[in-house]
Amino acid sequence: MLSFLLSRLVSTFFVVLGVVTLVFLLIHLVPGDPVQAMLGEAAQPADLESLREALGLNQPLLTQWWLYITNLLQGDLGNSLYSKEPIIDILIERFPATLELAFAGLLVAVLLALPLGSIAALRKDTVWDNGAMVFSLLGVSIPNFWLGPMLILLFSLMLGWLPVSGREGLASLVLPAVTLGTALAAILARMVRSTLLEVLSEDYIRTARAKGLRESAIVIHHALRNASLPIITVLGLQLGTLLGGAVITEIIFAWPGVGQKTIEAIQQRDYPVVQACILLISLSYVLVNTLTDVVYAWLDPRVRYSV
Amino acid sequence: MFGPWLPLEPNQISLSLKLQPPSSVAWLGYDDVGRPILDRLIMGARASFFVAFWVIFVSLTLGTLIGCVSGWFGGYVDLVVVRLMDVFLAFPGILLAIALSGILGPGLENVVFALSVVGWVGFARLARAQTLSLKHREHVVAAVALGARTPRILRYHVIPLLVAPLFIEATFGIAGIVIAEAGLSYLGLGVQPPTASWGSMIRDGTSYMLMAPHMVLAPGIALLLIVLSVNILGDKLRDRLDVKTRD
Repeated sequence: MLSFLLSRLVSTFFVVLGVVTLVFLLIHLVPGDPVQAMLGEAAQPADLESLREALGLNQPLLTQWWLYITNLLQGDLGNSLYSKEPIIDILIERFPATLELAFAGLLVAVLLALPLGSIAALRKDTVWDNGAMVFSLLGVSIPNFWLGPMLILLFSLMLGWLPVSGREGLASLVLPAVTLGTALAAILARMVRSTLLEVLSEDYIRTARAKGLRESAIVIHHALRNASLPIITVLGLQLGTLLGGAVITEIIFAWPGVGQKTIEAIQQRDYPVVQACILLISLSYVLVNTLTDVVYAWLDPRVRYSV
Repeated sequence: MFGPWLPLEPNQISLSLKLQPPSSVAWLGYDDVGRPILDRLIMGARASFFVAFWVIFVSLTLGTLIGCVSGWFGGYVDLVVVRLMDVFLAFPGILLAIALSGILGPGLENVVFALSVVGWVGFARLARAQTLSLKHREHVVAAVALGARTPRILRYHVIPLLVAPLFIEATFGIAGIVIAEAGLSYLGLGVQPPTASWGSMIRDGTSYMLMAPHMVLAPGIALLLIVLSVNILGDKLRDRLDVKTRD
C-alpha cells in the first residue's frame, strides 16, 4: 500500500505542477498585450506600466513562473483587477456554493441511476430495460444549457413550484442539481446495468439462489455490493466532471459559485481571477481523482499490486 | 452545408414580426428581433459542423501521431507524453475550453483551437494504448525483423489497425464537440453576434420563454436530435466493429 501511495503521490505532484504551469501560461495567450486588454484602450501608459509591474509581467517568463508558484504556495493569488478584493477571499466566498451544487448533482445522479440501472439489469430485454436505456441515451444527449431552461419553464414559470434562480434554501437547489446530475445519471445507469449483469452471472449468485434467498436479498447483499466498486470509481471520476459542468449550470440558474465568477471575470477581462477560478476547480478535480484511486486501491488489493 | 446557396435571410431584422409563433410563412416562427428561426437554425448548423469537422480533424491527427509515437518508442518519450496527457486530463474538458476561448476572445477559430487543445488527449490515449498492444503482434515484429523503418511500420502496419477504434471515438467525439460548441456560444464565448449558433439561440430564447417558447424549443430540439443520432450511430458502429470499449 505504501509504495502505491508513494507512486500516486509522485504522479499527482507532476500533474499539479503541470496544471499550475498551464494555468500560469493562460495569461500569455491573451491576444496582443494582456495589460492593455485588461485596462482597455484608453489606459494611460503609466497605469499600464504599474499593472505590468504588479503582475510581474515585465520579468522573464521563468521568473514569472517561479513567482507565481511561490505566491501560490503562500496562498497569495493577487487581487481582482475589477473589485480590488484579494482573490483568495473571492474563492473562499464562492467555493462552498459550487461544492454544494456538485454534491447535490451527484446525489441526484445516484438516486436516479441506482434504481434505473438495477431495474434494467434485473428485467433485461423487457420494456423496463428499454425504457431505462432510452432515458440513458436521452440523458447523455441533452445539453444541460437546454435542459436547465426547460426545467425552469415547466417547474418555475408554468407550475410555479420552484424558484427560477438564485441560492436561497433547499428549493432553489433542486433544479440546478437535476440539471447538473442528469447526464451523470445516464452514464451511471448504464454502468450499473452492465456491472450488475456481469455480477449476476457469477457462481456465488447462483449459490445464493440455490440457498433459497429472496431475490431482493440477493440483489442488495450480494450483487449490488460487489458491483459497487467500479460504480464508486466512476462516481469519483465524475465528481470532477460535475465541478466543470457546474460552470454552465451556475450561469443558467444564477448560482453564486466559482463557475459563475469565472464567466463574470472573463467578461470583465479580470484575467487573474479567471486563472484562480480555473486553478481551483482543476485542483479539486485532481484531488478527487487521486482520492478515488487511493480509496479504490484500499478496497481492492488487486489494484495495489499491479503498480 | 448548402446554407450559403439557399434563399435564407438569417440576419434579416423585421421588428414587426418579432416573437411571431410558427406559421406557414416561417415554419419555426421569428425571434426577438424578428429574424426567421428556421433560417438561423440552418446557418447555426453550419457553425456546428464547421467546428465539429475541424476539431475532429486536428485532434484526431495530432492525437494519433502523438499516441503512436509515444507508444512505439516508449522510454522517456512515453513518460513525457503520459505526464503531459495526465496534465490535460486533470482539467474538466469543458472548463479548459471555457478558459481558452474566454481568454482568446470570441470567434469560431478560437473555439476550434480551444476544443482541439482539449480533444487531442482522448485520441492520443487510445492510439497509445492500441500501439502498445500492437507492438508485439507478429506482423509488426516481422516488419521490424525485416528492417523496415519506423515511419513505414507505423504507416503501414500500425495505424491501419487503429482506424476502427479511433473512428468510433471520433463519432462520439462529434456529439461532445457539437454540445461543447453550443455550450460555449451559450456562454457568449463562441460565435460573434449576429451570426447564428444553436447555443446563442438558446441563450437569447431563454429571456422570452413564456412569450415565445419556440425560440428555445427549436434550437434545443435540433441539438438534441443531432447529438442523439450521432450517439446512436456511435453505439451501432461499436457493436458492428466489435471493439472493446474503454469504460
